Amino acid sequence: MSGRKFAFFKNRNNKGYLFILPFFLVMLTFQIYPIISTLNLSFTAPLNMFENKFVGIANYERLLTNEIFLKSIFNTWFMWLLGFIPQMIFALGLAVILYEWQVWGKDAFRTIFFLPNLVTAASIGVLFAVLLDWQTGTLNHVLLTMKIIDEPINWLSKSGMARGSVAFIQWWMWFGNTAIIVMAGLSSISGELYEAAFIDGAGKVQTFFRITLPLLRPILLYIVITSLIGGLQIFDIPRVLTNGRGAPDNAITTMVLYLYNQAFKNFNIGYAASVAYTLFFMILFFSIISFKLISGKKQKGDDEI
Amino acid sequence: MIYKRKRSESIALYTFLILLAALAIVPFYMMIINSTHTTVEISQRVWLTPGSAILDNYEIIQGKVDIWRGFLSSTIIAVPSVLLSAFFSTLTAYGFAKFRFKGKEAFFWLILGTMMVPQQLGLIGYYDLCVKLGLIDSFLPLIIPSAANAAMVFFIRAYIQSSIPDSLIEAAIIDGAGEFYIFMRIVFPLALPSIATMSIFTFISKWNDLIGPLVLLNSADKFPMPVVVSNIRGLYEMNFGAIYLGVTISIIPILLVVITFSKRIISGLTVGAVKG
Repeated sequence: MSGRKFAFFKNRNNKGYLFILPFFLVMLTFQIYPIISTLNLSFTAPLNMFENKFVGIANYERLLTNEIFLKSIFNTWFMWLLGFIPQMIFALGLAVILYEWQVWGKDAFRTIFFLPNLVTAASIGVLFAVLLDWQTGTLNHVLLTMKIIDEPINWLSKSGMARGSVAFIQWWMWFGNTAIIVMAGLSSISGELYEAAFIDGAGKVQTFFRITLPLLRPILLYIVITSLIGGLQIFDIPRVLTNGRGAPDNAITTMVLYLYNQAFKNFNIGYAASVAYTLFFMILFFSIISFKLISGKKQKGDDEI
Repeated sequence: MIYKRKRSESIALYTFLILLAALAIVPFYMMIINSTHTTVEISQRVWLTPGSAILDNYEIIQGKVDIWRGFLSSTIIAVPSVLLSAFFSTLTAYGFAKFRFKGKEAFFWLILGTMMVPQQLGLIGYYDLCVKLGLIDSFLPLIIPSAANAAMVFFIRAYIQSSIPDSLIEAAIIDGAGEFYIFMRIVFPLALPSIATMSIFTFISKWNDLIGPLVLLNSADKFPMPVVVSNIRGLYEMNFGAIYLGVTISIIPILLVVITFSKRIISGLTVGAVKG
């Protein structure tokens, strides 16, 4: 046996297996196995303290008729879109400005814009909770001093305001990061194309919509999909802003916050597992849709040119 | 292509950039300033200059929770995680970059596939696994999975392919060097720039993780920084000076890391996007 084993590794290329083996052992045990066992758990409900029983798709049925869960889907999408659309607009604008125009202090601006992105989201959540506080919060003080408002606004107590605040924080944390990625995309577009457009008499706006935007499609796809995956899993900010309650009236309870509360506060492990899989299929479905939409258009655009 | 622009355009442009930069920085500035004022001062008006209550605020914090324990726990989780993922990612990346074995493509696609899977998908199953293994309230389940870091493998593999020539490794084999020796003495040091870049990201994401420790740890004295900070509001209720100071202490190390390594971080950020 050991002789044959030895012969196998006599071919040096087969030693590659040994180099990748530890990674796959860890991945199988700590990533793949939990993903599969989550699926199993999503078909079970607690029988007693120690055992679960198989309940088929009962958890999923319960889930899709649960008002709070349906609301959490709405909240998650609403806050994601409300943060993502302006984030995309600012990122495109900033990237074009910083990349194509001569701007003094370019690197400094870039670093400043993206600074909020890497700071602990939990800390950001607490920071905004106190900055937005109704009576003592700095934001209300500033607005009152500047006479923009007459009395303090209770940012986190009304549904609309609370969702808007979360979307604003998300925008604030991500526009710089997205701008940097768009800039990387711009740098891969050949300068000759712009020169040709310039010679043909195309204006700045026309150049942006006819050349820059179509050629940025792969990068835009990357941004949409990574933001979708991250944004639909938003947890830290809504949890910290509301001390885990998703208040007021579950207005900023997101899917993962709901999952967390079900699993680790109410101990409905099986039910929470079905939330995880619903979220997964939602992300998968919309990733495929964005892929089809964005890269499908690309080929059509190529034909036109 | 660089456009020439009018003076009025320049003024508008810089006004926009500076306002946006202010928006990115002002919350941090207010945080630091407010952490030096008493709650009463904060509730009266906006302060633009530091006050003198920082030590009082610090004593209030330390009265209820040892914020440095949070630091210690975060370090105990983040540092070994970074070391593990640096070593095993490079090992795996080297295997993919410099060996031709059967099924390599399929294995690599599997790694790319896990990058697309949402992190929370396996959370419940992982919690269940840790309960069965008796690993709840231990740092281990927060550290060990770092040995399988798909993004890092992807990044370092590309780096090894483009910057370490096959001839270098062949020469070492002819000189009689063992495979592991080649890895430790040639591949690892040469891949170090890419390892360092990715390690910064691993460190930051481990340091910032909230849901993992929240699910897997029970004892308050083991909570890392993000959990400690997210509990701060409940603990100090109306004591805003102390809350601001707590947030400031939790944010400063990350701000320092980001500012120090900003060039490296920004270049690392864009690699996945352009290649992917």
